[in-house]
Amino acid sequence: MSKILVGLKRVVDANVRVRVKPDGTGVVTDGIKMSINPFDEIALEEALRIKEKGAASEVIVVCIGPAEAQQQLRTGLAMGADRAILIQTDAAVEPIAAAKVLLKLVEKESPQIVLLGKQGIDDDNNQTGQMLAALWNRPQATFASKVELDGGTAKVTREVDAGLETIEVDLPAVITSDLRLNEPRYVKLPDIMKAKKKPLDTVTAKDLGVDISAQFKVVKFEAPASRQKGVMVKDVAELVAALKQKGLI
Amino acid sequence: MTRILIVSEHVGGKLNSSTAKCVTCAASIQGAEIDVAVFAADAATVASQAARLQGVKRVLKVENAANVEPLAAVLAPQVAAVAVNYTHVFGPSTTFGKDLMPRVAALLGVGQVSDIMAAESAYRFRRPIYAGNAVVTIDAAPDRKLVATVRTASFQAAPEGGNASIEAVSISADIPSHTRFVNRSAAATGRPDLQTAARVVSGGRALGSADNFRVIFSLADKLGAGVGASRAAVDAGYAANDLQVGQTGKIIAPELYVAIGISGAIQHLTGIKDARTIVAINKDPEAPIFEVADIGLVGDLFAVLPELENALP
Repeated sequence: MSKILVGLKRVVDANVRVRVKPDGTGVVTDGIKMSINPFDEIALEEALRIKEKGAASEVIVVCIGPAEAQQQLRTGLAMGADRAILIQTDAAVEPIAAAKVLLKLVEKESPQIVLLGKQGIDDDNNQTGQMLAALWNRPQATFASKVELDGGTAKVTREVDAGLETIEVDLPAVITSDLRLNEPRYVKLPDIMKAKKKPLDTVTAKDLGVDISAQFKVVKFEAPASRQKGVMVKDVAELVAALKQKGLI
Repeated sequence: MTRILIVSEHVGGKLNSSTAKCVTCAASIQGAEIDVAVFAADAATVASQAARLQGVKRVLKVENAANVEPLAAVLAPQVAAVAVNYTHVFGPSTTFGKDLMPRVAALLGVGQVSDIMAAESAYRFRRPIYAGNAVVTIDAAPDRKLVATVRTASFQAAPEGGNASIEAVSISADIPSHTRFVNRSAAATGRPDLQTAARVVSGGRALGSADNFRVIFSLADKLGAGVGASRAAVDAGYAANDLQVGQTGKIIAPELYVAIGISGAIQHLTGIKDARTIVAINKDPEAPIFEVADIGLVGDLFAVLPELENALP
């Protein structure tokens, strides 16, 4: 039976309003809640559903991050993953480096499907799945809103600018999740207890023989330019007048 | 010498305006020589449209029956083969480019700069992170090929009036058969395309139902506008997913954006902050949308909209 490899990124929680440090060297992360990247949580949920339908035998969650990322992996195990691998590093890892690391794990584990979130909500790069598929020389089905498995192929509906697009890919393949693929389950307390006993291996990129040094250099972080606050009108007549004044109607 | 290859996006024989915006981004880099590549089964019509864009030197036609649909796995090895002669490869930050360009970058053995909002030099770029809550300036190494996607809302389309040469290019690349197109369902609405419309009317959660969402379509038709929706409205099933405006949907920059019953979550504001004029109608005076609106009106949308429609010329 087949394995599914799921990537989990540790990111600033989606409900935190991120602020740039006054000295422009980064964003404020001290004392801020960290969580599994929401898109990755959706990817994991999909993997678990595939396993529950009997189409996979094992779900492995993988994280590239600091020692604290064990928390996110434990959450993934509590959701239902069978085992976890932490590729421990304190460095910021670019998508191309993450793809190289994942490729090593793919070569070792031979999964039928690699499921990743379409992008991390921190760097918003939207690259890792596509890069892994390229390096692996396998299909990619990005921005998935529906996944149907049929033996050695997957039919994937994708959210594209024009609407929905369906493609068919041979397995193994990389699938990246969009928001509407599913709604992730809540973790129950007994599952958190059970997750503590599940295996969690820690390795380094060096162990895997991958160079994860950065290709790009971040020169500075800035707050975005803010829009000028406008005027409030009290009724439709004033609104129409304001639109006319701006030459918009 | 900076030589930039732009991977064109096109549908049904029509060049997408995202390509012209990539040209503007590329042209902002001093001394750049800009070529556009058209990957298609039959590239002639699209190539002639690309050749009219000012600033383009050459248009490369890469024709192959396999290119009839824009599958990343099929196109990437061909883009990588053409890219050999260039210092930079740009694509639009649309779902087409987001799908394709990282695959190209990995085949070329390099990283990618996503969502360029400004090019300060050939190797220094600004891009948004954290859903637009921060902007980073990043330096790339000139000794590596630079692959990037261009945030289309940050650039105007390059004007027509150019006269680039058109050349057919034949390349040898292994084109995989492991990925196959099945179908695409695009709602034909007859309304202006959301991504390129000069005016957009969007509805949010306050609409309450798919049925009620008709008032948005009605106002949009009166204004000749495209229609958008907040993520909340899409998730609730009031509007189709391809109408979603915001960080995970479409990032747009119309002349006029009318937000109706949209509270203004940061993810939504990211998608509209380049709009020229933002009008907000919401019954909650504390809604964050009013912080960014140029004109705000507090009121019940179901009362305001019919009145507004009547008052419009």
